[in-house]
Amino acid sequence: MSQFETVIGLEVHLQLSTRTKIFCSCVNQYGCAPNTNVCPVCLGLPGTLPVLNHQALLYGIKVGLALNAEINSFVKFDRKNYYYPDLPKGYQISQFDFPVAKKGYLNIKSGGQEKRIGITRAHLEEDAGKLVHDNSGSCSLADFNRTGTPLIEIVTEPDLRSPQEAYDYLNTLKLTLQYLGISDCDMEKGSLRCDANVSIRPVGQASFGTKTELKNMNSFRAVKTALEYEVRRQTQVIIAGEKVVQETLLWDDEKAQTRAMRSKEQAHDYRYFPDPDLVPFTIDYKIIDGVRAELPELPQAKFLRFLSQYGLSEYDANILVADGGMADFFEAAVKEYPQAKKIANWLAGPVLMELNNRKTPIQELKLSPQGLVTLIAKVEDGVVSNLVGKEVLTFMLDEGKGADEVIKEKSLAQVSDDSALLAIIDEVIAQNPAVVEQIKSGKPNAAGFLVGQAMKRSGGRANPKKLNELIMRRITGV
Amino acid sequence: MNLHALTAHALLDLFKSGKASAKEAYEAVVGRIKSIDPKVKAYVHLSRSQPHYAGEFQIPIAIKDNLCTKGEEITCASRILKGFRSPYDAGVIERIKKSGGSILGIVNMDEFAFGSSCETSCYGPTFNPWNLQCVPGGSSGGSAASVAADEAMWALGSDTGGSIRQPASFCGIVGLKPTYGRVSRYGLIAFASSLDQIGPLTKDVRDCALLMNIISGYDERDSTSVNEPVPDYTRALVNDVRGLKIGIPKEAFVEGLDAEVRRAVESALDLLKKQGAVIKEVSLPHTPYAVATYYIVATAEASSNLARFDGVRYGLRVQPGKVRKNALVDMYEETRSKGFGDEAKRRIMLGTYALSSGYYDAYYLRGQKVRTLIKNDLDQVFKDCDVIMTPTSPTVAFKVGEKVSDPLSMYLSDIYTIPANLAGIPAISVPCGFSKSGLPIGFQLMGRAFDEEMLLRVSYTYEQNTEWHLKKPTI
Repeated sequence: MSQFETVIGLEVHLQLSTRTKIFCSCVNQYGCAPNTNVCPVCLGLPGTLPVLNHQALLYGIKVGLALNAEINSFVKFDRKNYYYPDLPKGYQISQFDFPVAKKGYLNIKSGGQEKRIGITRAHLEEDAGKLVHDNSGSCSLADFNRTGTPLIEIVTEPDLRSPQEAYDYLNTLKLTLQYLGISDCDMEKGSLRCDANVSIRPVGQASFGTKTELKNMNSFRAVKTALEYEVRRQTQVIIAGEKVVQETLLWDDEKAQTRAMRSKEQAHDYRYFPDPDLVPFTIDYKIIDGVRAELPELPQAKFLRFLSQYGLSEYDANILVADGGMADFFEAAVKEYPQAKKIANWLAGPVLMELNNRKTPIQELKLSPQGLVTLIAKVEDGVVSNLVGKEVLTFMLDEGKGADEVIKEKSLAQVSDDSALLAIIDEVIAQNPAVVEQIKSGKPNAAGFLVGQAMKRSGGRANPKKLNELIMRRITGV
Repeated sequence: MNLHALTAHALLDLFKSGKASAKEAYEAVVGRIKSIDPKVKAYVHLSRSQPHYAGEFQIPIAIKDNLCTKGEEITCASRILKGFRSPYDAGVIERIKKSGGSILGIVNMDEFAFGSSCETSCYGPTFNPWNLQCVPGGSSGGSAASVAADEAMWALGSDTGGSIRQPASFCGIVGLKPTYGRVSRYGLIAFASSLDQIGPLTKDVRDCALLMNIISGYDERDSTSVNEPVPDYTRALVNDVRGLKIGIPKEAFVEGLDAEVRRAVESALDLLKKQGAVIKEVSLPHTPYAVATYYIVATAEASSNLARFDGVRYGLRVQPGKVRKNALVDMYEETRSKGFGDEAKRRIMLGTYALSSGYYDAYYLRGQKVRTLIKNDLDQVFKDCDVIMTPTSPTVAFKVGEKVSDPLSMYLSDIYTIPANLAGIPAISVPCGFSKSGLPIGFQLMGRAFDEEMLLRVSYTYEQNTEWHLKKPTI
């Protein structure tokens, strides 16, 4: 196997979350009843004309800048002509020779290595509608709600060398795009879609092998699996002395295999030409600079800053940065309570666990940064133990109450009162004479067992430090 | 008093003085349509909606079958759009309605405006009111014929390569193609988006100015419409051309130009000269390439614009009984084979070819470059001249059927009108005489972009000193 090298290029289609569609004033919204979110323009009725949504252009520029690309100040749209029932005009308005952005890159980390993936281009276009196929096969239904949703297509150079790299690129790209706040990047809703071009060649060969195009992968995991499958298939073809056929393949996730969609001979001639309905124009550099100035801090920069500014571990920093909401929450919390590492531990630990259990983003949690640091302070001050602290967190999230309130209501405060603790300790000492003897004979570590026993009896509420202190004093008199 | 025979401005005077009502005028025109249209066949159908009498310009109007009008069946005279009822009003229709205009009905045209004779319509030809054996010109043949036959006070047409001016000339009326961007194209079913422009067909120059006042102006729904203030065009109607420079392109008066047309245009020129205009011979060296350029650019855009007529959502759908390739491709092929006429198919194929991979540079891109050269020629002349004058068409109206089987000779009938579309400048056709056989002749004036006023001024001066526009056909 290792005599071959894999070459992969990816095309990502991203729906932009502008308020309205790209060429008409329909609201850009997912999940409406079929064919209710349409107008004469996005239905392509005779006589209608497109008008560019300026916001979509600004979002496109933002993506370009985030991908370190050159921005075309000359804005031009072209028609891509082909027939399909989900395409009401018989052509898609897209960008051909002047994409909004070109020649960019994205740095990724894969297998512990940093790698720069070239971005060939990113261009704006309109989304098509959706076909729903009747199970009986007697008819297909068309839903045009999606028609005219703004899309940006991001095309990489053939720089990816393994399915894993492709997977890592996709995750890094998605995170970067999420930070821009221009799309919900939800593959399940189809707001992020990915096609892959893949070929193999003997190691050391400069020219590319014949590629195939993979479509219909509906998760990053599926992209990876499909690529692995296709690399295996191509390798077998070549080892068998046959030739890879250039074709488009559809991935079947259930069967975990591909099937042919169309070969190159049937490839479309899209007859691109400038759309005469949309006059090309030049966008002022000041506008591009304005978008640049509004770019948020991107995940890689944030990761490095979290390491240096807060002294976080790479592990914690990664977890925080992987979710823009989490990173913001963290920084808001640090402002309230300057114990960055403690806060990071809580977020990367118990809070993350709660998020996973509840399958909800941090923004929707009934928890404010102030709320969390109040809880952390309680733990640090010994009001509750670490363990009970986690319990308090769960109650806080369930009931939307503050840490103080929960601790009081549920009587979860640690018992530090000597007389109450001494009663428990005396019982434990009486029941474990052997351990007491060990301590007396100069093995103070054995006290840990007694602390554990006493802790159990207190229902976890006893202050463990205090317990240890009292036990030692009782036994050794010190 | 025959109200239907009046101009719109004469009618407006009667409304003002209370001597006639808009209702009487509307009914008079509908009566005229009922008695005359069986011979002329200008109308595809009368309006489904009743007129509402309110507004400043309650003038009955005829609408070309490619302007979307809410509730009406709009078909571009093509079988493929049969049954398409527009759910919305075009920008110009909104303006007409707002001004008080009442829509008489939808008038005939060449299928998708592909033609110069109104013969490629799926409804059959419209006939020239001056001679029912002749064509009215095209593609806005129904618009021109309806106005010439007093079946409408005025009409809207569209002009991609001469489709307003040539039929206006053939029918003895005034037709103006405004500057590209002056009138919103929103709701005009596109033929060639970079050339199409909606404009008025009227009984005289004053009506032309009035209708321009109503339909002109920016529309944010059309990115190619221009946000420039619209003047009151009636203020341009002055009987004075002293000192104005009229350019006469030497390329225009050459072989192929009918002798009678030539004489009529030359005497019109003499008249303007006598009125004080300065005549200057000019050259437009690239205009011989205009027709070829036009048939590349226009058909390329048309091939894409007509792709939406695929049988999926509206209009005709034909599903062959037997599966040939697959149900979808069969439906596309059968619908478009049955839905489009020969000329439409010819132009779709031409345009598809011009845009094909490997041919794009040689055809479409080259065509656009020649287009720039033609525009530069015109710009050069307009540095010195106020208008350029040519015949509107090299011949008078020809017989129905005469050129149907000879598309090339049909294409050449637009030789004088095409340059204005390629350059995006305004141009008008004005009646200037008759052939011995009694068919109207018109001259064309081209002007600088957004200087429709100059065209109206020169046309008005000519009209004030002649009576051609007052002549009526006997039908």
